[in-house]
Amino acid sequence: MSTLQIDFGHAEPRIVGIDLGTTNSLVAVMDLTGPRILSGIVPSVVSVNESGEVIAGSEARDMLITHPERTVYSVKRLMGRGFADVQDELKLFPFRLAAGGESVLKLQLGEKIMTPPEISAHILRKLKEDAEEVLGATVTQAVITVPAYFNDAQRQATKDAGRIAGLDVLRLVNEPTAAALAYGLDKRKEGVVAVYDLGGGTFDISILRLHDGIFEVLATNGDTHLGGDDIDNLLLNIALEDIQSEWGEDVSGKPDLVQLLRRAVIQAKEALSFAPSASMELEYGDRKYARLLDVELFNRLIEPIVNRTLGPCRDCIKDAGVNVEEIKEVVMVGGSTRIPLVRSAMEKLFRKRPHVELNPDEVVALGAAVQAGILGGEVEDKLLLDVTPLSLGIETMGGLVSKLIHRNSTIPASATELFTTAVDGQTNVLIHVLQGERELVKDNRSLARFDLKEIEPMIAGMARVQVRFLIDANGILNVTAKDLRSGKEQSMDVKPSYGLTDDQVEAMILESYDKAEEDFKERQVREARVEADAIIGATEKAKEDDAYAALPEGERAAIDRSINELRLAYHSDDHLLIRDQIEKLNQATMALAEAIMNEAVGKALKGTSIDA
Amino acid sequence: MKFYDALGLEPKLALDSDDLKKRFYDRSRQWHPDRFSRGSAEDKQRSEEMTSMLNDAFRSLRDPVSRAEYFLEESGLELPKDAPPELLEEIFELNMALEELRGGDESARSQLVSAQERFTGMLGEADLSLAALFERYDHKPDRAVLDQIRAVLNRRKYVSNLVRDVEKELNVHSAN
Repeated sequence: MSTLQIDFGHAEPRIVGIDLGTTNSLVAVMDLTGPRILSGIVPSVVSVNESGEVIAGSEARDMLITHPERTVYSVKRLMGRGFADVQDELKLFPFRLAAGGESVLKLQLGEKIMTPPEISAHILRKLKEDAEEVLGATVTQAVITVPAYFNDAQRQATKDAGRIAGLDVLRLVNEPTAAALAYGLDKRKEGVVAVYDLGGGTFDISILRLHDGIFEVLATNGDTHLGGDDIDNLLLNIALEDIQSEWGEDVSGKPDLVQLLRRAVIQAKEALSFAPSASMELEYGDRKYARLLDVELFNRLIEPIVNRTLGPCRDCIKDAGVNVEEIKEVVMVGGSTRIPLVRSAMEKLFRKRPHVELNPDEVVALGAAVQAGILGGEVEDKLLLDVTPLSLGIETMGGLVSKLIHRNSTIPASATELFTTAVDGQTNVLIHVLQGERELVKDNRSLARFDLKEIEPMIAGMARVQVRFLIDANGILNVTAKDLRSGKEQSMDVKPSYGLTDDQVEAMILESYDKAEEDFKERQVREARVEADAIIGATEKAKEDDAYAALPEGERAAIDRSINELRLAYHSDDHLLIRDQIEKLNQATMALAEAIMNEAVGKALKGTSIDA
Repeated sequence: MKFYDALGLEPKLALDSDDLKKRFYDRSRQWHPDRFSRGSAEDKQRSEEMTSMLNDAFRSLRDPVSRAEYFLEESGLELPKDAPPELLEEIFELNMALEELRGGDESARSQLVSAQERFTGMLGEADLSLAALFERYDHKPDRAVLDQIRAVLNRRKYVSNLVRDVEKELNVHSAN
């Protein structure tokens, strides 16, 4: 039946902003009135059920308890990391590594083997679907946030995850910077601001100067493996030891028990932000465990973790070239900043009360939506100038690193170097690119090896290959090379040290993308049918009304014809056709709807007069 | 000089930092890749090239020391690598004191603290004389002034390295 509809038509497809968090993820969009969260929090958990279906979000979180061996959480910790990097993590997290993951880790989930970007892609796809549901349109472009201190491989892995999920990732934005964007929506805000972001698995500190809509990051620092997870693991180990001494049994090998206990530990941790004490409780079969934890003990336990954030904060202030007194405001982001000890530590360090008004779980996604608005052209008065968190260099003689782009340089940033051959007739030059602050190659993070090949054989030192290193606005390295003698582009092979090759990503996209498209189409058809059911039902009911009988013959025939046409379209797979017919039936019933409405109003008025 | 070109400036040694910042912000607003996310591949590449150059330029020019270094380099003057002769004796004594403190001799501390004060003072003096030399050169470009700037820069670099080393050593040992 006809109803009043308001259509906020958008000519350009909407770009969404996504906070892909360690613990939770969120999607938001920029509206005329400001950024808006599109749906509820999606837990960053992925599970493979017994029929091989991949599930992401809260349903998967429930499976952490029922099917812990088929479920994975905190996968962000593994993004862009190699086998040697994660040995410490493996002691604390129930990641099940599959064989054959040299440069990219592979995880075993039930029968499926997936890389961290593929797992993250399932979380992104869930967010994409949620957004499409609310917006009523396909979503193909996104801004995704990453920890400011993420290195090149971790950023690339996040971008790959987006591509695998069928999203064109227009920009990676640093999480604290995104928070500043959401926080500083008021254009009048000026001055130096610090953003302290302690999330589930990562820690960032950024210092920005706000001026006339420009958000200029002065410096950033952090630790990509420090967060609420570390507190959980600390408490979990205490509880496991308790249980071992109480029950006389080591239960750490029971994944379902460990996950139940982990949930209990998290509940106690969260309660301690508001209550003087909380209990960690577990019921497992007929056995019980409970331990009361007071704030004092809790604070003593977590103090070393909180203190680990202080060094990076001090370094960041120094690198930003500001005094503590110049920092006007401190913004707190991330769930772990709800902990009173964290807040008081920051108050002491920055000598001012930190801002906690914005929901620390939502502010990053909101900021991502603002950046999406900037890219889409809807937000014109704001601009983000971010920096690269780590220095970029190349390997030189003796295992030393020669720095080309220094950390905290505003991005995009570039550097060019001239390379030549060392031996007569040499046709290849190998360039090893690294990221980090240390002097020795072995102490830095290897990014990739670039093999300049097919160099024309000539006398040593004669070749002239100019290589340009560009860190783009996403913080990702791009390398191009030119043969200065011929002026032609120099061909080269790129071998990333960690991460997927382009071909691998392409294959994963093919594998998942078609299916995702299909899923979306199916859902649209399903939704159109639900609407068709509703309008046919309402019209059939209206036909019993006196108003229908009073309609002219021609209009009644038109209504019947429209119902029949909609019924025909109903069984097609074309949601647009169904929607067309719904619209036609809407038009045909316009007069009928009006007549019935008038009748109803008349009755209501009569009723009023009787009652009165 | 391309860094000056990028910011639309005449190559001068003395620059107004507020004006520099404004130029940087204005040009960023115009050229940043955020403004071209729906543009053609060509536009995007151009925007990346322009902004990376702009960022380099602003980074080099906003600090008077790196600005002067860039200016000298572009003028074909290499920065000297030898220790400034007038400081040789003090550097030698300071290194002795550093060694002593590292060896656990706390009596060296007071000597280092006073050296630190003296050297920090020298940094301030160097900055003042740089500013004066900048003005003089901008007023009347003269190779001899550039040579003087070169000498001050060299001295400043040594002193600033010394201050950093002393600071580090004093911090390490007070932390223990």
